Amino acid sequence: MHPAPSVIIFTTLSGLGFGLLAWLGIDAAAPTGWAAFWWFAIAFALACGGLISSTFHLGHPERAMKAFSQWRTSWLSREGVCAVAALIIMGLYAAALVFFGAHIPLLGWAGAALSLLTVFTTSMIYAQLATIPRWNTPLTSLLYLTYAVTGGALLSGRVTAALVLLLVAALVQLVWWKNGDGAFAARGSDLGTATGLGARGTVRSVAHPHTSPNYLMREFIHVIGRKHAQKLRVISFLLMAVAPFVLLMLPFQHVFALLAVLSHIAGVAASRWLFFAEAEHTVGIYYGAR
Amino acid sequence: MTDLPTRTEKKLGLVIDLDTCVGCHACVISCKGWNTENYGAPLSDQRPYGEEPMGTFLNRVHSYEVTAPGQTAQTVHFPKSCLHCENAPCVTVCPTGASYKRAEDGIVLVNEQNCIGCGLCAWACPYGARELDQAEGVMKKCTLCVDRIYNENLPEVDRTPACVRTCPAGARHFGDFADPNSNVSKLTAERGGMDLMPELGTAPVNKYLPPRPKDSWDEESILAPFLEPVAAEPKGFLGWIDKQLSRLPGDVKDMEGVE
Repeated sequence: MHPAPSVIIFTTLSGLGFGLLAWLGIDAAAPTGWAAFWWFAIAFALACGGLISSTFHLGHPERAMKAFSQWRTSWLSREGVCAVAALIIMGLYAAALVFFGAHIPLLGWAGAALSLLTVFTTSMIYAQLATIPRWNTPLTSLLYLTYAVTGGALLSGRVTAALVLLLVAALVQLVWWKNGDGAFAARGSDLGTATGLGARGTVRSVAHPHTSPNYLMREFIHVIGRKHAQKLRVISFLLMAVAPFVLLMLPFQHVFALLAVLSHIAGVAASRWLFFAEAEHTVGIYYGAR
Repeated sequence: MTDLPTRTEKKLGLVIDLDTCVGCHACVISCKGWNTENYGAPLSDQRPYGEEPMGTFLNRVHSYEVTAPGQTAQTVHFPKSCLHCENAPCVTVCPTGASYKRAEDGIVLVNEQNCIGCGLCAWACPYGARELDQAEGVMKKCTLCVDRIYNENLPEVDRTPACVRTCPAGARHFGDFADPNSNVSKLTAERGGMDLMPELGTAPVNKYLPPRPKDSWDEESILAPFLEPVAAEPKGFLGWIDKQLSRLPGDVKDMEGVE
């Protein structure tokens, strides 16, 4: 799949933002006043920034409001509804804390649940696609949720939780990669099933429909980035989990905490880039490519 | 709502005969022409005369080669467009309701006024039947020429999809699969019509007819008995002429180096 920057920025930042909102929502000793303002400002900037970025790849962003209508069948629509609900509830929760110093736990928990539900709906946009076997697994939702909760814990300075979650995230990421590498072959789709000619012999693509790449090939067959996939996996893993873990284990300093957060974000972004670049779509079969 | 209809009254679709298709791409051109000039946004081209030209097409023809041990390789031309699946995954993923499957005839369409161009339906289609138009920013797909098949301004003979009407080899057939006596249902039953990627559970309406078995080199030709010489030695008048002509000089038997 073509790794569109807008979608990578969107899933990375909004995942982090909603993860932070979830932690702020369940905080028993929630900050008030200006401290609360800054925490929520960061969380909302990340969540909304990601959502706005996601509209950049639309052909007609001005019609984006229509995307709230099909929540009964469409995960993309559900994501929009959940995101707005989460932002409204957390906005009320934040306003009470910032302006009135009032902590309303019920609102916070509801907002936290909606925030995580938003991340889940984002993950289901990808996990629902049978055309991309690498994504088509409940592990994809687990990966997105783990990343969101881990990033949120890191950002909100919950060191113990972050240390545990970094280990969990590392494990989930490794399992997801391992599972994904065999997913396409396990599905059993090849040129034989794609053309129905498999029973007659070996099928090979001898001529594409056109002499130069078309929309389908540009969107679904992305092979350039896969060249360095293994190296990028190592880099992503080191930045996302190993470096933040080591930095948090060191005697506490604000600069270490900041570095841990930045390193984690860079690692998640690299992992998200691979998430798209490594994904093989069944359309590639028709072009004799993956 | 982008729910799929539980059942459709008709199941309009195509049968594509891989035995007959000659790979001329006439269906590609007639499709591009009709769908650029009629319903919806035109099918745009990018850099049509420049480097790496690109464009939106609702129908594309691939060419494949099938090889099996001990047999000659076979070339199969393979036209591919929307299969109007009964269980269309492209419809349910649509966040705006722009994608829908019609309950009356099963045609899968895009309402371009509601399309935000997110591209998710193209991601959900296993066959590459949907293309995001680069100029209009909306999703384009085969409409089964919905603006031809019911169009009473056209002569009746033209009320079929443009690709079917134009195919010079008669490799494309249009009809109602819900009717067991329709031309397409009969063809599918007779020739063993196939689904593409049935393992994905999309239940395509369009069917592909496999190439018929080809002759092999080992087989005795059924024409062989008719090809045997009728008379080995000429008799009668022809025999006399043969004898006289053989007497003349220049007979092949006299020529040097010839047995």
